[in-house]
Amino acid sequence: MTLPRESILSRHRIGALEPVWWLLALLVYFVFPKHLAIASSVLIMAMFALSFDVVLGYAGILTLGNAVFFGVGAYAAAWISIAGWHEAITGAFAAAVVSALAAGALGPFVLRLTGLPLIMVTLGIGVIFFEAANKAAWLTGGDDGLSNIVLSPLLGWFRWSLSGGTAYLYVLVWLGLLFALIRRVMASPFGVALQGIRENADRMRLIGAPVLRHLVVSYVISAFVAGIAGALWTQTNAFVGLGVFSLDRAIDGLVMLALGGVGGLYGGLIGAPVYMLLKHFSQEWNPHYWMFLIGGLLIFVVRLGRGGILGVLGRVLSQWLGPRPVS
Amino acid sequence: MSVVAFIILYGVSYGLVLCLISVGLVVTMGLMRVINLAHGAFAAIGGYIAVSLAGHGLLPFAAAIPVAVIAVVLLSIVMERLLFVHLYNAPELDQVLMTIGFNFVVVAALTLFFGTDVYPVRLPPWLAGSVDLGFRTFEVYRVITMAVCLAVIGLLWLAFDRTNLGARLRAAVDNRGMAQATGIDVPRLFLLTFAAGSGLAAFGGAIGAPMLPLEPIYPFKYLVLVLVVVALSGFGNVRAVVGVSIFVGIVDTAGRFFLPDLGAFIIYALLIVLMIWRRQGLFAQRTVA
Repeated sequence: MTLPRESILSRHRIGALEPVWWLLALLVYFVFPKHLAIASSVLIMAMFALSFDVVLGYAGILTLGNAVFFGVGAYAAAWISIAGWHEAITGAFAAAVVSALAAGALGPFVLRLTGLPLIMVTLGIGVIFFEAANKAAWLTGGDDGLSNIVLSPLLGWFRWSLSGGTAYLYVLVWLGLLFALIRRVMASPFGVALQGIRENADRMRLIGAPVLRHLVVSYVISAFVAGIAGALWTQTNAFVGLGVFSLDRAIDGLVMLALGGVGGLYGGLIGAPVYMLLKHFSQEWNPHYWMFLIGGLLIFVVRLGRGGILGVLGRVLSQWLGPRPVS
Repeated sequence: MSVVAFIILYGVSYGLVLCLISVGLVVTMGLMRVINLAHGAFAAIGGYIAVSLAGHGLLPFAAAIPVAVIAVVLLSIVMERLLFVHLYNAPELDQVLMTIGFNFVVVAALTLFFGTDVYPVRLPPWLAGSVDLGFRTFEVYRVITMAVCLAVIGLLWLAFDRTNLGARLRAAVDNRGMAQATGIDVPRLFLLTFAAGSGLAAFGGAIGAPMLPLEPIYPFKYLVLVLVVVALSGFGNVRAVVGVSIFVGIVDTAGRFFLPDLGAFIIYALLIVLMIWRRQGLFAQRTVA
């Protein structure tokens, strides 16, 4: 029996193009050994955009406050190291648990809202965390940030090289693990229920789905992923500053996801490198024109390029391969 | 006593400017339920046009403001036809993305034309001094701003409450489908309010430039403040805007004065608490519960 590609029943199937992305990411390690530090930060932002995709693409929660969880994870990872725990993997995990707990505490209040009030409250929470981090210099180092972050060699064996090679592979493995996990969760009945809530929350409530609980769980998952991203940011830079909480970061993540395509999990993974490369080169050309480009791209994505790069690519491919089987 | 008077005067003048900037957004959001994060951009453009015209000595400050308002009204009509018209039935995410994109373009354009620094405002001499109000002296600029804002708000109220256009507008906000069924051209009404609202924002941005400093990041910087007013007023609830704006202005001023360390928190904390606690009472939109 063949199932149509868009059918909800074929959600477990792995697409033919999926391994390509991961192979390319691995190839970067060998081809660009001099640029691995920037490549790590691209992967971390891709992970952050992925955390957006869980809440935005699947659950339909329009939040601008996900940088909060990135920041909490980043500072938690810094403190875990400063407090004397130098093992990176458990450190990142513990930091992300702190983020997830924060989301679990905020979620039940915030996720009752929709539309503009939701955007406003998440934005407000983001600003409060930024200001709080700014004022609480004893905890965050204020403007100077925290820099005395030391990690022991990874798995007791691999040293954190200056070129960032270890860090790149470390981040890539984290991204792969989290991606596989999220892919599995979003293909589960829970993931399908989330999409139901996105499409019509009232109807989901009528058929007896615990809407708020589902939303909170998706929020916690997203915060965990964002927390890992933040922790890896701290660990790979051996530094954390207030920038992790900034609204810019939330907007960056959102734009990456929109560029790549919302709701397909690969959106962030494709959007992040495109966005960061564009940013890099256009800023080299002229630091101010960057915003023209990104603004224009956003307007373009909404007006013409529906579904971002993934959406356009999908349409081109289906043109090329002929019509899809109809369900 | 003097402190209280100071906070009230500063808060009210600040709140009134905020009211002018926000009122257009309250109405357009009430009409079309579009999440428009680009409203502050029109205020910024208006402010920059007025201040640069006056700064280069091309026009006196008082004459530069109407010119800026007209320019922004024209620009907003073009933008509505080109961009915003596509957002009315689009998903919320699209609305957020496109209006953020518009903000980015405006920020880039402002940086290109006026540089990255805060654009200095030189007030004409007759506005720059202080006046004795009996219990304390106060800047002439703020007194005049308050008077002008109150006059504009009064005119707005007349237009909204006493004219045929206002009646149609209220009808369309209350029940868009029904209004359309009785022959009111809602899209056209929306274009009108969008243009008028942008013009008012430009007016607020220009007259408020000494209070809300002009910098390229303006569309993002004051976005939160404007949206606070909109969200607390409730979509389309024009009567609440003046009160809410003054309330926000006073709370923000008082917060910054008494708790300079925590000043910026107060208004956001208030927003979050009010939104979560009074969401049904404060918004027209149905919420997930």
